[in-house]
Amino acid sequence: MCGIVGLFLKDKSLEPKLGAMLTDMLITMTDRGPDSAGIAIYGGGGDGLAKITVQSTDPAKDFATLDQDLKDAIGKPVAMKIKSTHAVLEVPADQTDAARSALAHLRPGLKVMSVGDSLEIYKEVGLPKDVAARFDLSKMTGTHGIGHTRMATESAVTTLGAHPFSTGSDQCLVHNGSLSNHNSLRRQLAHEGIATETQNDTEVGAAYITWRMREGASLGEALESSIDDLDGFFTFVVGTKDGFGVIRDPIACKPAVMAETDQYVAFGSEYRALVNLPGIEAARVWEPEPATVYFWNH
Amino acid sequence: MKSNVLEQTATQTFDLSARGLRELNSSLHALSGATNMTAWEVVNPKGAHAIAAGVDAPVDISVMGSTGYYCAGMNKQATIRVKGSAGPGVAENMMSGTVIVDGDASQYAGATGRGGLLVIKGNASSRCGISMKGVEIVVHGNIGHMSAFMAQSGSLVVCGDAGDALGDSLYEAKLFVRGSVKSLGADCIEKEMRPEHLEHLADLLRRGECDPTIKPEEFRRYGSARKLYNFNIDNASAY
Repeated sequence: MCGIVGLFLKDKSLEPKLGAMLTDMLITMTDRGPDSAGIAIYGGGGDGLAKITVQSTDPAKDFATLDQDLKDAIGKPVAMKIKSTHAVLEVPADQTDAARSALAHLRPGLKVMSVGDSLEIYKEVGLPKDVAARFDLSKMTGTHGIGHTRMATESAVTTLGAHPFSTGSDQCLVHNGSLSNHNSLRRQLAHEGIATETQNDTEVGAAYITWRMREGASLGEALESSIDDLDGFFTFVVGTKDGFGVIRDPIACKPAVMAETDQYVAFGSEYRALVNLPGIEAARVWEPEPATVYFWNH
Repeated sequence: MKSNVLEQTATQTFDLSARGLRELNSSLHALSGATNMTAWEVVNPKGAHAIAAGVDAPVDISVMGSTGYYCAGMNKQATIRVKGSAGPGVAENMMSGTVIVDGDASQYAGATGRGGLLVIKGNASSRCGISMKGVEIVVHGNIGHMSAFMAQSGSLVVCGDAGDALGDSLYEAKLFVRGSVKSLGADCIEKEMRPEHLEHLADLLRRGECDPTIKPEEFRRYGSARKLYNFNIDNASAY
């Protein structure tokens, strides 16, 4: 069991409250996933800068002079925002690859959580309320975001086993369910040069989507083919630069509820996660159909 | 004393967000056939789980909003109305009484129910009536895939359409569908609608508060081909 929440804002006036609304939804889903939590939040972008969100097990040491070290390495300005175990590095968008290569040399122990114009991913082990407080999630602003509360079944309770998982620039994936063919798929993906770092099933799901898109599929096509290629139970919510998508496996035993008003589209593993959203009483509330890809875009 | 009696017979309004689920359900469990607190209104349900589960008294309970998992589970005798939509497992294993959902119901509505009447005025999603054992379920809208899987007895009435694999591995439950059936499950077949079925269906449509313009003759009946659940010696090598 895990909990998923998602919120896509249509009404710009709600953007300053995105973090607060998502945090409330996330904490409501604590019963479904008390061991880790994470959030992917989309904001900013369009300023010619790329964001690289990194995670460290020793942030005091790793982040101390990281911005200066990275600036020296790539010869371009670097801005850094530290939040607990994570740091968001902003570099000129055309320096993204150079910055990633430099980071791998400068701080080999750092894990890259996300890369993109507007995406930041934060995730850690602990109760959702503690994870939210650690990253000050309720103060974050943005256009849309997805969150996840984890009850681990397929791999250990670690930061890297928490969700969301990055699937590419400005893209991420969260999952409720369990994949049963992740070991064989992990081996196949390794042959394709797609490396995974953990024994986690969802990481393989994310890597699968990365691989399919590398082979030319659109995100929608990659999700469609996941119905055939992934064995097991899943409700996936994927974040994209412009919005989010939802897909459930054909059996659809993992719950999903959606709500839409003029102001937002919201996703919750349970209706409980949605009850404090503005105007929820009058919202259109429904269950997404099995084996059907849904997208909401700006 | 008189005012006290009046207070007790008035509708009991219970604010779930203020007083909590355990207090609600323990108050409802304390009721018996002798109670004069026969009308209850639960406000601020906010999708909470197990609202009014395990009630065993002839009382009327209205839940003023949408509910989470297992609302009205194991119900006996009570009439429980959800003035919103219901989460997974509404009226699961109900024994008797009536449960009415004004909105939609999530998966496995009425699962394993042994008796009573479950009415869903919107749509029900997957696995509606799975393993039902005597409950009668009336759905005004559509139902999702794998509904009435291994259903043993009772009736499932669907005024709209049914999803994939209706009645898979069915025993003796009676299925009535007015709209289309996306596919029938293993050993589920269409059967002749006889006068006693039309009469039974008319009664269910009436008790299920269906639109009176909907006629029993508009439905098709589905049931078990009875080829799967009897041991067949010719299939012994398959086991």
